[in-house]
Amino acid sequence: MTSEAEVPAVDVQKIHKVGEYKHGSPLLTCRFDPSGQFVFASAEDFSIQRWNLNDGKVTPLVGHESWVWTLAFHPSGSTLYSSGYDGRLIYWDATAEAPQPQHTIEAHDGWARSVAVSPDGNLVATVGNDHLVKLWNAVDGSLVDVLEGHTCHVYNVAFHPTLPLLVSGDLKGVVRLWDLASGEELRQFDAAPLWKYDGGFRADIGGIRSISFSADGKYLACGGITEVSNAFAGIGTPLVLVFNFETGEKVQSLMAKKKFRGKATGVFFHADQFVAGSTSGHDGGHLLVWKLDQKEEFFDFKFPDSIRAMDRHADGVRLATADPGGNVLLWKMAAKAE
Amino acid sequence: MKCHYACQSEEHLLARRSFLGTLAGAACGASLGLPRLVQAAMPELAGKQKHILVFFLAGGVSQLESWDPKPGTDTGGPFRAIPTSVPGTHISELLPHTAKQMHHLSIVRSINTKENDHGKGRYCMTTGRRQDPVADYPHLGAVGAKMLSPEALPLPGHIHISPGGSGGSGSDASFLGPRYASISLGNGKPPQNTELPEGMSEVADRKRNAFRSIVNGHFARRRRTADTDAFTSSFEQAQQLMTQRDVFDVAKEPQADLDRYGDSEFGRHCLLARRLLEHGVSCVQVNHSNYDTHYENFDFHIEQLGEFDRPFATLVADLVDRGMWNDTLLVVMAEFGRTPKINKRFGRDHWGKAWSVALGGCGIQPSAVIGKTNANGTEVADREVDHGHLFHTYLRAVGVDPAHKFDAGGRPIPVADPAAAAIEELLA
Repeated sequence: MTSEAEVPAVDVQKIHKVGEYKHGSPLLTCRFDPSGQFVFASAEDFSIQRWNLNDGKVTPLVGHESWVWTLAFHPSGSTLYSSGYDGRLIYWDATAEAPQPQHTIEAHDGWARSVAVSPDGNLVATVGNDHLVKLWNAVDGSLVDVLEGHTCHVYNVAFHPTLPLLVSGDLKGVVRLWDLASGEELRQFDAAPLWKYDGGFRADIGGIRSISFSADGKYLACGGITEVSNAFAGIGTPLVLVFNFETGEKVQSLMAKKKFRGKATGVFFHADQFVAGSTSGHDGGHLLVWKLDQKEEFFDFKFPDSIRAMDRHADGVRLATADPGGNVLLWKMAAKAE
Repeated sequence: MKCHYACQSEEHLLARRSFLGTLAGAACGASLGLPRLVQAAMPELAGKQKHILVFFLAGGVSQLESWDPKPGTDTGGPFRAIPTSVPGTHISELLPHTAKQMHHLSIVRSINTKENDHGKGRYCMTTGRRQDPVADYPHLGAVGAKMLSPEALPLPGHIHISPGGSGGSGSDASFLGPRYASISLGNGKPPQNTELPEGMSEVADRKRNAFRSIVNGHFARRRRTADTDAFTSSFEQAQQLMTQRDVFDVAKEPQADLDRYGDSEFGRHCLLARRLLEHGVSCVQVNHSNYDTHYENFDFHIEQLGEFDRPFATLVADLVDRGMWNDTLLVVMAEFGRTPKINKRFGRDHWGKAWSVALGGCGIQPSAVIGKTNANGTEVADREVDHGHLFHTYLRAVGVDPAHKFDAGGRPIPVADPAAAAIEELLA
């Protein structure tokens, strides 16, 4: 493992690999902790692996009985929340020498597809195949509220960064806005282009595969797959829809210049005024970077393999990708150190 | 290949002629209408006739997400295995309703067809033989229609219920001839062209058919051949079918049954299958689509098996409750299984090397698990069988001799591949 200690200015077009960790099972997702000391990744062997970025030490977290699809952290970095296809939500002491489950909650009937933590650190939200959004006390794991309204599997959830609001997005591209105080649904965002019922395959494909607010809460981005021509082969192109949060209007449809076959995941707004997302599919893994006022990306970087997840470090410069070969790769969006 | 009829005995012809003559008489104005005549024949047919009911999970359902789960292994995926009504037998958690009916069913977990192509795999599994450039073999349903259907059956003996499509007839009977080819009910609708043409009154229709009968009879008296008989038979069958359109109308079933099967296309198709079997159709195939999940296998199997599970389990329970189970062979098959290895896009690809079918009912030992795969499902570990063994088993289960020979253009063709044999321990 190699690393570069200093934090240089962001220059996304100079992205280069700075580290690599290997696990013996294909990886599913990855997250940096808020302190930036660790990177965590979940694997097809049901485990979560924690790597210390300083010394490369790896620690397994074992407690789920199925794939862990999403990881989230308390803003303090003290607690890791994991949601899995066993329907469980597990609270972990993220920094312990050998983390053990602190609370194991049977959160959803069917898969628990996503977990998010409120900016004030008081609430945890989960969504799942039971069409429900659930709110939990972030400390003791007690159920706070159940938000009903989705009519299909709920894929993703995110808290607004400055207001007591929550968004949840489902398979059919319906994004619902919830008032945390009342539990009422306030509005919907139409992300229908991210869903299709394939009449030939006779199945639904798509969903809100990635969701993210800008830091000021003015924009909401939803990523996924569109223009699907063959569901069972995953032949479609990545799309990120950006909404004006206040008006609910769609302000941009971010796509790729080339006809990539894949879906958009790992979408985030960067402080340097760009939106980044990863795509993965038949054409391998890519990092695509857009300006909000341009439909097509201004930068495309091809990763060495398909990827399954991407996350950004708290320093705003580093990225982590998790891939089906069992690798977590660390990247710097900056010029190489002299 | 030109059709030749294996059974040309005088008794056979007479019996058939007699019944068709009766029908024609009824159609020409006798007070006993066709539906009543058919209904009167039903109890006898239902009591003795054997049936074959195939569920074809098109595209290739994953054995790991259905009949042979391997949770906790490198190939197992995210789903858990659940116990069933058979102690010690577990299946995927995606089939909770089916799990409660497993004491009626059995599983063969050791199939190796060595075939990963959709068309060839389907051919293997439905004919019991590999595709051959110089020979064509009939579908299991066509064989069943010929060997199991009573002469008096006013309905086609071989019906496929498919999602979507407009219906039509298949070309899957080979040398048995079009009489035994599948009639497809596109989206569960009645067969095509079974309504009177617009502007044609019933009176006019009766008159033209009476005229046709007279002309046919006149022709037959001097120049009757097997071909003219087949033509007449087809016409008579089509006529009878037109009077039987209600048989294909699942809305005629009680609301409680419609509710139990659920408000889905597949639910209605399962209920229609029950209805067809109850009306004496020998072979029914229900196609469920699609399982060709090269991408996001797990999401798609939640959706597809989520739709499959409850109606299928309801139908199994109904066949048992209605006393039809012991006369109906049920098989859940596909063209192949799916790769144990999960690909980069969370898909599973084609895999004929180690996969499963489920079956039960007529002639089949219940609660059995035949064969096994290794720990992560990549190889057959015990009692390897292929499509040939399965085909023999199906025939034996419904009382058809697999060694029986059809006359295919003067060549005697055994019903099943002589190189294979039935899975004896699976037979009741």
